[in-house]
Amino acid sequence: MQEGRSLTDREINRGLLNSLYQNPKWYWGSVTLLGVIVLGAMAAAGYMINQGLGVTGLNRPVMWGFFITNFVFWIGISHAGVMLSAILRLSKAEWRRPATRAAEVLTVFSLMTAMLMPFIHAGRPWRLFYWVFPYDWARGVFPNVRSALIWDPSAVFTYLTSSILFVYIALLPDLAVIRDRSTGVRRTIYSVLCLGWKGNSRQWKLQIIAGILLSALILPVFVSVHSIVSFDFSMAIAVKSWHSTIFPPYFVIGAVHSGVAAVVIVMALMRWLFHWHDYVRPEHFDALGRLLIVVATGWFFFFVMEFLFGLYGLEGDEISVKDFLTAQAPWSWWFITFVGTTYFIPVGMWLFKSVRRNPWLMVVACVSVNIGMWLERFLIIVPGLAQKQLFNFAWYTYAPSPVEVVIIIGTFALVSMLMLLFAKVFPLIPIYDIKEGEILKQEIKIGRRTVPAVIRED
Amino acid sequence: MAQRMKHKWGMVVDIDKCTGCQACVVACQSENNIPLNTEDSFHQRRAMEWIRVERYWEVPDEYRDRPEEAPFQDVKARFMPVLCQHCENAPCEPVCPVFATYHNDEGMNVQVYNRCVGTRYCANNCPYQVRFFNFWEPVWPERLRNQLNPDVTVRSRGVMEKCTFCVQRVRRAETKIEGQEDGQITDKSLAEGNFMPACVQACPTNTLIFGDLEDPDSQVSRLKDDPRHYKLLENIGTEPNVIYLKKIDPRRKEDEAHG
Repeated sequence: MQEGRSLTDREINRGLLNSLYQNPKWYWGSVTLLGVIVLGAMAAAGYMINQGLGVTGLNRPVMWGFFITNFVFWIGISHAGVMLSAILRLSKAEWRRPATRAAEVLTVFSLMTAMLMPFIHAGRPWRLFYWVFPYDWARGVFPNVRSALIWDPSAVFTYLTSSILFVYIALLPDLAVIRDRSTGVRRTIYSVLCLGWKGNSRQWKLQIIAGILLSALILPVFVSVHSIVSFDFSMAIAVKSWHSTIFPPYFVIGAVHSGVAAVVIVMALMRWLFHWHDYVRPEHFDALGRLLIVVATGWFFFFVMEFLFGLYGLEGDEISVKDFLTAQAPWSWWFITFVGTTYFIPVGMWLFKSVRRNPWLMVVACVSVNIGMWLERFLIIVPGLAQKQLFNFAWYTYAPSPVEVVIIIGTFALVSMLMLLFAKVFPLIPIYDIKEGEILKQEIKIGRRTVPAVIRED
Repeated sequence: MAQRMKHKWGMVVDIDKCTGCQACVVACQSENNIPLNTEDSFHQRRAMEWIRVERYWEVPDEYRDRPEEAPFQDVKARFMPVLCQHCENAPCEPVCPVFATYHNDEGMNVQVYNRCVGTRYCANNCPYQVRFFNFWEPVWPERLRNQLNPDVTVRSRGVMEKCTFCVQRVRRAETKIEGQEDGQITDKSLAEGNFMPACVQACPTNTLIFGDLEDPDSQVSRLKDDPRHYKLLENIGTEPNVIYLKKIDPRRKEDEAHG
């Protein structure tokens, strides 16, 4: 049984649409600020594209650096949407309701941002059209399907397409609600967008079937996307510490870990910004915190296994990478920070119910997870490459240039800005889903027993 | 026209003969339009050397654990030219999404500059570190512009490049020699027509020997099974087409026997 007072339909409509109709002072200010940061990152990227990749800190052994780290990080964040929506929808977890839309939208935006990174990384974005976009029949060269870099965009684009569909299907009833409350051009736009939703039983049935079908179909995509992203590393024979069969599950669970943590941050922020205290309640943070303990511990298992697998083979190259990570400063400091911020600090916090029920402490724990997960990708990618100087035995290193740092900060601003803009035109909490939850909450007394008023027919 | 022969180009590097003079490096730089390696580019660790001479200091076995104590007359400088190994089983090839690098049917690992999109995956995946990325647009001083080789593409920034076995010379040999009646590519005809790769041609001590591994009479075919032969990082299983012949150490009994 859920906490919180029961809300009327009218209250729900008013409350959840206030992000659309109210114009608080902070809103345009923060959108502008984020926009300026994004523009700064675009300028940095433009400068880099104009000057060449020499302006980055990349060098001969370390050909992949911050950009690829950030790519993997945002792909990881995108795993939250499906984890929360599809899995929890299929398993009928009641507490998922206020989290699903935000998680799905975060998926879409973080995937888009992630896909920007290879474009920036390659340094000549116009050339990438030869890569996966319309196949270059003119030259008779088919892309190399053996390359993990072909699997990767295929998987990510499939995931992007299906998650956009997923968001859209769930948006339909809400779009109709907005249509009914708007006039003029807005009304026309929302009428087109809601595809003539009238709310009759046939439409509801189709919408529910589509949602469940997509949930089930998106799950294999969800697992495969980060597995395939991990193939970018595990398929590399020459980089010993990358070449590991444990990478796919390790990356998938890591992605879920950082993704769910990111959803918690988004939920706490929107609860605060749009005053949705009645919708996003401590019980939701509590449930997410408990889920995160399980996910984090699963991740920790794979992390330890990956470390042990590296040592088990007794290969000099791999042992030297582990030694580099754990014993050589400053890398060992980054390593300790990474393990602490990803597992021990947040899980230690989540063990207490009072922390789990406090949105701001949850944000602290989840920011810590995401700092750790960003470092995790960085510590997988760079030390593996830096140790490769097999013939002159020197360890080379990598330090990001300001250009790279600005672009990375820009991606965070971009995702935040897109989320805010989305909240301006669409409700970030599914209205119909909350109403459904309210109906399922109602109880009636029959004789001496209290029973649910409505039983879901499956 | 003569039946076109099947080739498998390979190289033998006789470490015993290498004096570390770097003539191969210079020849390669000028033949292949490689941008000038300035002090700055070395500091950035972005210098381009399609062939490089690795230098090692060797101390007698008894000083292995404390090399700094070895008497100076016993410390030997050892040189090893390292270039693209043109692996039969190249790790760089399957990872390129656009076939910018692939194995051609003459045993070469070729690089197609205008296909390269710059993912740099191949360079990550090369255990020999012989792939070079153009981080900057290459520039030559005005007075050196006319020395650029017209047979070799000038690469722009964002493109991966590496040793090609001077494919432009090999192609010229194939058209010029095999284009003739009964023309056959042999070591002799390659050398006479200046068709050898630039490094091989420039090597004063014949450390580098280039030829057709399919041709039983070629020097490389004879040397590839020499008792001294080995391949770099053989344990990875890349099956390079560059074969190294180890240094003969007169102080070691077993080396004398191979002589």
